[in-house]
Amino acid sequence: MAEPILKATGVRKHFGSVVALSSIDFELNAGEVMGLVGDNGAGKSTFIKVLSGVLRRDGGDIILKGQHVDFKSPKEAMDAGIETVYQDLALAPHLPIYSNMFLGREIMKKGILGKMGVVDKSAMRDEVGERLSKMKTRLNSVNQLVGTLSGGQRQAVAITRAIGWGKEIVIMDEPTAALGVKESRQVLDLIMDIKGHGISVIFISHTIPHVMEVTDKIHVLRLGESVVHLNTKDTTYEEVVQYITGSKS
Amino acid sequence: MTNEIKQKSKFNKMLGEFWIVFVFLAIYLIFVIMEPLCFSLPFWSSTFNYMSEVLILAVGVMFVVITGGIDLSIGPVEGCVNVLAALAIKALVPLLGPALSIIIGVIVALATGALIGAINAFVITKMKLAPFIATLGMSVILTGLGYVFCNGLEVVGLPNEISTVGTYQLFNFLGTTTLVAFLVCLVFGLILRNTRFGVHTYAYGSNAESTTRVGINTTGHLFRVYILCSTLAALAGMTLMFRFKTGSPLAGANVTLYAIAACVIGGTSVMGGTGKMTGTLIGSLIISILVTGLVMLGVQTYWQQVATGIIIIIAVYSDQLRRRRDETV
Repeated sequence: MAEPILKATGVRKHFGSVVALSSIDFELNAGEVMGLVGDNGAGKSTFIKVLSGVLRRDGGDIILKGQHVDFKSPKEAMDAGIETVYQDLALAPHLPIYSNMFLGREIMKKGILGKMGVVDKSAMRDEVGERLSKMKTRLNSVNQLVGTLSGGQRQAVAITRAIGWGKEIVIMDEPTAALGVKESRQVLDLIMDIKGHGISVIFISHTIPHVMEVTDKIHVLRLGESVVHLNTKDTTYEEVVQYITGSKS
Repeated sequence: MTNEIKQKSKFNKMLGEFWIVFVFLAIYLIFVIMEPLCFSLPFWSSTFNYMSEVLILAVGVMFVVITGGIDLSIGPVEGCVNVLAALAIKALVPLLGPALSIIIGVIVALATGALIGAINAFVITKMKLAPFIATLGMSVILTGLGYVFCNGLEVVGLPNEISTVGTYQLFNFLGTTTLVAFLVCLVFGLILRNTRFGVHTYAYGSNAESTTRVGINTTGHLFRVYILCSTLAALAGMTLMFRFKTGSPLAGANVTLYAIAACVIGGTSVMGGTGKMTGTLIGSLIISILVTGLVMLGVQTYWQQVATGIIIIIAVYSDQLRRRRDETV
C-alpha cells in the first residue's frame, strides 16, 4: 500500500493549562476526501490550524510527503502544498474575483514593468476564467467584486483559489455551515470535482449527511483525541454520531 | 435580473461614479455666473497653485485611508520638514553654494518625512496603537518640534534660486509646484491601479486578516504605506518652501483635514478597501476651487471651511445611499 501523503502521530497542543489536543493520530492518502468530525471543543479547528501553520504544535510528529514538517507560518504550509479554505473564506470583498484568486501570488508583467511591480491583469483574468470553467462554477465575470457574490459563489472562489495552485492537500473548514440548501449542493459538487482532480481534501463539518455523501473516510475527534478512523462506505450516520457523542468508543 | 433592471443599475453606477464631477461643475458654474472672471486662465492658475499642496498630501494619505487607517500628522510633517530643510539650506549655502544646498535640503526633508512615516508605522504595527491615536500624537510632537527648531521664528534669507524655481510658470499658466502635484497624482494613480503594491493596499483595507493569511507581509506593507504618506507630506512641505521662500513651522497648519476631506469627497471610504485617484483629484479640485472662487467673490475664506464641511457630509451620505441601493439591486 502506498505511503500516506500526510501522517500525524501523537500531535499535542495546549494553551496554558488548557489541553486543546492531547493525542491526534491521523492519516490522509493521495486523492482521498477525509471527513474530520467531532463535537464543539473536540479539537478540529486547532488541529487544522496546526496543519496549516497558523499554530505550532507542542508535541508529536507530522510527516508530509515523507518529510518531517513543522510549519512556522501559513506561508510555509502553503509552500509545502497545504491550502486552507477558512470558515470566513479569507477573501477581500472589495477586490474582483481574479485579484482574490491571485492575492499574494500575482502574475507580473514581463520585462522592466514586471520588475517595477506592475501586475499582468489580463493574464490573471484569462487564467482565472480557465480555472473556473474547469470547476464548472457559474459566475458572470471574473471582474465581479467578491462582495457582490452569493455565499455559495464565494465558497466556489475560495475553493477554486485553494486548488488552483496545483496543491496536494486542501483543508476546508465548515464550508457549508452558513449556506442554504442550493448553495451547499454547489459546494459538495465542487468537492467531488476536486476529488476528480486527484487532490486530497480534509473536510470539516458538523453536517454529518454532507460528510457521509462526499468523503471516503471519516476521522472522529473527541476532547482533543483521535477516537476512530472509519471507512465511509462501511459505517452509518448513527454510528458516526455515536462516536462523536461518546456513546460508542 | 431583467435587462431593464441591469441597464438601470449600470446607469446608476455610472451616475454614482461621476456625480462628484457634476458637483464640481455645478460649483464652478455658480462661481462663473456670479463672477465671470472665474472663467479665465489666471483663475485656474491660482486654483492649481493652491491645489498642489492639498493634492500631494491627499495622494499620500489616500493610500493610508484605503488600508483603513488615517494619518493626522501630514500637516505637521510639512511644517517640521519645511523648517528643517530651510535651516539646512541656510547653513550649507556658504559652504556648498545655492544649488547643492537646495538639493541637500530637499533630500533632508524627504528623508525626515520617510523616517516619520516609519515611526508612525512602528507605533501602529508593533506597539499596536490605533492609527488615529498614533498619528495624533505624532502631529502634536512635530508641531512642537517645528517651533523648537526655529525658536518660533520663520526661517528667512533663503537663496533666490528657490523662488526662481518655485515661481516658474510653464506657458505662463502651470507653476512648478502644480506640475509636481500632477506628476505625483499620475504616477501614484498608476501605482495604485496597476501594481502589486496597489493591490495589496486595497486588499489590506478590504480584509486585513485574509491578506495576512495568503502570506503577504502586511506589517512590511503598512510600513511602506505610512512611509509613502509622510514622504509625500514632506514633498508638499517643499512645494510651500519653493513657493514662499521661507521655512515656517506654520506651513501645513489646518491642511491635514482638507487632504483627508479631498479623499473622502472623491469616494475613498474611511472604512478602507476602496478609492480612486481620479476621485481624489476631483476632491482636491473642489476644495481648492472653493478657496479661490470665494476669494474672487470677495467672500471671507472662512466660508470655505463651512462649504467644505457641508460637501463632506453630502459626499459621504450620498455614498452610503448608493451602497445601500446597490445592495438592494
